[in-house]
Amino acid sequence: MDVEMTLRVDGARYRLVVDTRTTLLDALRERLGITSPKKGCDHGQCGACTVLLDGRRATTCLALAVAHDDAEIITANGLAAGEELHPVARAFLDHDGFQCGYCTPGQICSAVGMLDEVEAGWPSHVSEELAGGVELDDEEIRERMSGNLCRCGAYANIVAAIREVAR
Amino acid sequence: MIPFDYERADDARSAVATVAGRPGAVFLGAGTNLVDHMKLGVANPDLLVDVSRLPFDVIEPLQGGGVRIGATVRNSDLAAAPVIRQRYPMLAAALLAGASGQLRNVATTAGNLLQRTRCVYFQDVTTPCNKRRPGSGCSAVEGYTRDHAILGASPHCVAVHPSDMAVALTALDAVVQVEGPSGPRSLAISDLYRLPGDQPQRDTVLEHGELITAVDLPELPMAARSSYRKVRDRASYAFALVSVAAAVDVVDGVMRDVRIALGGVAHKPWRASRAEEALRGAPAAEDAFRHAADAELTEARPLRDNAFKIPMARNTMVTVLRGLTWEEGR
Repeated sequence: MDVEMTLRVDGARYRLVVDTRTTLLDALRERLGITSPKKGCDHGQCGACTVLLDGRRATTCLALAVAHDDAEIITANGLAAGEELHPVARAFLDHDGFQCGYCTPGQICSAVGMLDEVEAGWPSHVSEELAGGVELDDEEIRERMSGNLCRCGAYANIVAAIREVAR
Repeated sequence: MIPFDYERADDARSAVATVAGRPGAVFLGAGTNLVDHMKLGVANPDLLVDVSRLPFDVIEPLQGGGVRIGATVRNSDLAAAPVIRQRYPMLAAALLAGASGQLRNVATTAGNLLQRTRCVYFQDVTTPCNKRRPGSGCSAVEGYTRDHAILGASPHCVAVHPSDMAVALTALDAVVQVEGPSGPRSLAISDLYRLPGDQPQRDTVLEHGELITAVDLPELPMAARSSYRKVRDRASYAFALVSVAAAVDVVDGVMRDVRIALGGVAHKPWRASRAEEALRGAPAAEDAFRHAADAELTEARPLRDNAFKIPMARNTMVTVLRGLTWEEGR
């Protein structure tokens, strides 16, 4: 079954016709040529396909495109202000927060979304107090970023990059 | 994935009528479990009725002091809600122990309840599985059983329920509101889930076309003193080997009341009624906790690879109870 729909991605608006089986990730990559979100596991386990979906971090491989008609999507590519990198992307460069770079766009979107969640006072599994007042130490960063895998093992530098931005 | 039709529901009643009238139709929430199953060939619906945008994304007070959680409230919003963090901390903790930040941001309350087991054989269509294909046999019962049940299993299925949230809701005596082809009904969460018996294809008592619209938490002051502990192979983003949700009401060193539920041990979230029984009126002390945990586990039957879950469940129950009552002993 084909469905006509709209997606807003990184500030641009797209009309497209998708088969209902198309995931949001495949719609972005294969139909719109937006390859910043990456296909890793395709089962929601690695986080490489993470974007900001209507303002919140989400994986796109388990979302059906047709269920997200008119959604607003920001990819890692769209976080930059023109030629100026987003502070989180800049910090990943400064701290060598990657090796091959394949997981990086997902890591960056996840980190941006996660920092907003901390700002909103959301606790995590490792927070001392559920009631509020999060101090984003390394343990908190690792827990909150556990949905993003890096098979090069750049974790130590990813934590350092996020720590710097959070400061 | 086989081809399927897609409809966005306008309201609960029409969504129910549509699904009830078509055997191959299912409801779609965020799809974090369903879409995965469609990719794997575990689920092959011919129509998805998208209920994720129905106006059930509200957490509101109930008359009498409880809280109603709408079916489409996202897991992260529920965990962050002040009323949940303050009055039902075990529920917030259970939610935060599940999945990843990305998944919690989209996963719905009803979808979390109705997610299916992560038994490796259930998810692998090349192997027999009574839950996936009734009558085909259980690959786990003589296979890899490290993650499987120690309580309430049957020769037909030894899978465990994967939800953390449902364990806390079971300890809290939550009530599930359902809209169905013949009208609405309410189900105690302990009546929603079922043991596998000879029908392991049925995780719950819900009939085809029945839609969960809300989950009600009763007024339960003792739940302010509650916690959730999850034991797993990794520090984060893994399903439970064993988990424990508990709330206590302690007066002068005596357990006036207690609620305990276990995850990772059975086909449904396991209410530890025997342990609760043993603890009511008992001193809030280590010996009583051990005795109660042992009472709960007398019927536990390990499989080849999961005998470790029995002492793990016992120790986790004792640890959680100790943590909730430690200030009594000072």
